[in-house]
Amino acid sequence: MKKLVTLAAAGLLAAGSAFAQDDPFTVGFIYVGPIGDLGWSHEHDQGRLAVEEAYGDAVETIYAESVPEGADAERVMQQMVLQGADMIFTTSFGYGPATNAVAGRNPDVLFEHATGYLREHPNVSTYSARFYEGRAVIGHIAGHMTESNVIGYIASFPIPEVIRGINSAYIHARQVNPDVEMRVVWTYTWFDPAVEADAARALIDQGVDVLMQHTDSTAPQTAAAEAGIISFGQASDMGQFAPTPRVSSIIDNWGPYYVRRVGEAMDGTYEQSDVWEGIGPGMVKIGEMTDAIPEDVRASAQALADSIAAGEYHPFTGPLNRQDGTAWLADGEVADDGTLLGMDFYVEGIEGDIPN
Amino acid sequence: MFGIDPVTLAAALIAASTPILLAAIGELVVEKSGVLNLGVEGMMIMGAICGFIACVTTGSPWLGFVAGAAGGAALSLIFGVLTQFLLSNQVATGLALTLFGLGMSALMGEDYTGINPPLTPKLFPEALRQLEVVGPILFGHDLIVYLSVALVAAVAWGLARTRTGLIIRAVGENHDAAHSLGYKVIRIRILAILFGGACAGLGGAYLSLVRVPSWTEGMTAGAGWIALAIVVFASWRPWRALIGAYLFGGIAALQLRLQAAQIDIPVALLDASPYIVTIIVLVIISTDRTRAALNAPAALGRVFHASG
Repeated sequence: MKKLVTLAAAGLLAAGSAFAQDDPFTVGFIYVGPIGDLGWSHEHDQGRLAVEEAYGDAVETIYAESVPEGADAERVMQQMVLQGADMIFTTSFGYGPATNAVAGRNPDVLFEHATGYLREHPNVSTYSARFYEGRAVIGHIAGHMTESNVIGYIASFPIPEVIRGINSAYIHARQVNPDVEMRVVWTYTWFDPAVEADAARALIDQGVDVLMQHTDSTAPQTAAAEAGIISFGQASDMGQFAPTPRVSSIIDNWGPYYVRRVGEAMDGTYEQSDVWEGIGPGMVKIGEMTDAIPEDVRASAQALADSIAAGEYHPFTGPLNRQDGTAWLADGEVADDGTLLGMDFYVEGIEGDIPN
Repeated sequence: MFGIDPVTLAAALIAASTPILLAAIGELVVEKSGVLNLGVEGMMIMGAICGFIACVTTGSPWLGFVAGAAGGAALSLIFGVLTQFLLSNQVATGLALTLFGLGMSALMGEDYTGINPPLTPKLFPEALRQLEVVGPILFGHDLIVYLSVALVAAVAWGLARTRTGLIIRAVGENHDAAHSLGYKVIRIRILAILFGGACAGLGGAYLSLVRVPSWTEGMTAGAGWIALAIVVFASWRPWRALIGAYLFGGIAALQLRLQAAQIDIPVALLDASPYIVTIIVLVIISTDRTRAALNAPAALGRVFHASG
C-alpha cells in the first residue's frame, strides 16, 4: 500500500512538471482493442515500440488496451495523466469527446487523437492516414481477381472513414471490372472475433469470393481460408495468412509519425496540427502482393500505388456520381478533403443504404 | 427466401448456437438443483482460454475441449465451495466469478493472441456432407455439435426419468425435505455445479476452437448472460433450452445474412432483435404466473444449512 501511495505521489509530481528534463518524458497510448489483435491496435503498439527504440531512456511509455469508446475512456485517460503522462495518443475515432474533455482539464499534457477531427483545445492534435489510397489499390486487385464478381466488405460503424474506404475500393474494382458488385455487412463493432467470423461466413454464403474488412481481428482471414477465397490484411500485414487467403494488405505505419511528434514535444518545437498522410509519405503501406495475384495485376496495382504516392492520381477523381445518380465530381475534378472527411454517401453503383 | 440459402443459414445457425446451448443446458441442471450460478460468462471464458492453450500446446482439439470443460469446472468449484460450504450469497458470488473469470483468462491468454489453433475435424465423411440439404445441416458438423444435442436429450431424459434426476429435482424443490430423507444436499449440489461449469467451459472452448477460431480477451462478449436468459426462457425445460438457443443463434445468423443479401431492413433493429425476442418471450411466460411458478425450482438461490 505504501508503495502505491509513493507511486501515486510520484505520478502527480511528474504531471505537475510535464516538461522537466531530469525525468523521462512519459508517453501514454490508449488502444481500443488488445495489442494482440494483429490489426489496428497492434500497429499502434508497433508505433509505441518505435518511440521507445528511437529515444531509449529519455522516454517512458505506458499503454492501456481494450479501452471501450465512451465515458470509461475519459477515466482511463485521466488515470494516465495521474500516472505522469506528458503526452497521450488516443488511437480510435470514438475517443474524440473524451480526449478533448481530458485535454481541457490538463492543459500541460499533449493529446494526439487518431482519425479524429475535434480539436477544442490548443493541446489537442489530430492525425490520420489516407487509408482510402490503400483501399484503391486493393480494390483494383479485387476487381481483377473476383470470378463471381461479388466482393464482400465487413464494415464496422457507418462513419465517413469507413464509407470512404468502401467507395474507394468499389470505384477501383469497377474501373477494371464493370460487372463488379459490392456487398456490405455492418457489424457495429471494431473488434468482436465471433461476429466478424459470422459476418465473413454470411458474405461467403452469398457468393462473395473476395473479402475485405474494416474491423480489427483476423477472424475474417480464418473464415476466408476455410472457404478458399481471397482476402486482404487490414491495418496490419496479417502476413501469417499469406500467400492465401491474404494476397496483399493495407498496413498502417504509425511509427515515423509517433517518433517525430514525441521528438518535437521533447525539444519544444511541438505545435498543434492536423495531419492526414497517405502512401506518399509512408503512413499507409501496401503489404507484399503474393504470387496468388497474376503478375500483370501485381504490376498494374503497383503502378496505381506509385501514381497515388507521386501525387499524379487521386483515388476520388471525376466523373463520379453519388448513389442517387446526382453529379458529384465533374470529369477530371478531384474531391476536396472537406467532402472526403464528411463523406456520408455511397458512390453510384453500390447498392444498399448506409444505416444511420 | 430473400436470396438467402436456408440450408447454409440452418448450418450457420447450429454452429453459432452451440456455445450458448452448452452453457444453458449446464446452468439448467445447476438451477434444477436449487443453485443460481450467475458466473456462466466467467466459466465460459475460462473454458475458452484453457481449451485454447491445451489445444495449441498439444495440437489436439479433443484435449482442448477436455481442458476447456475442466477449466470451467475448476472455476465453478470455487463458486461451489463458497456458496455451499461457506454459505455465501449465490448472486454476489456468481457475479464475482464472472469478473474473476474475465480477468484471469485475460492474464492466462496474454501470450496466445493471434495464434490459429489446429482445426477441429468434421465428424462425418465427405460423401455424407455433400448430400443435398441434409448434408450441410445434419452431417456437416463436428463432434461437439452432436454432443450438445445428445446432452440436451440426456438431461431431459435424466431429469424426468431417472432416480438421479428425481433426487436433483427434490433437492432443488425442497432441500430440507431432501435432507431429512437422507440425501446429501451439499454433495449433490456441488456435483451439479461442477457439471454446469464443465458445460459452460466446453461452450467457451467451442467458441475459441471452432467458431472464431482464435483467442481474444473478452471474446465471449456476453454469451454467458444469453445462456442464463435462455434457461428462464425455457422455463427450466431442456428441449425448450435447445429451441431458445437456436432461436438466438438463428436471429444473429439471419441478420448478418439479410445484410449480405442486401435486404432493406434497419440494421440497428436487427442487431437488437434477439434481445427484443427475449423480452417478448419473458413477458409471455411471466403472464402465466401459475405455470412459471410451477417450473421454477422452489429452492432456487436459497442457502441450505443442515442445522434443523
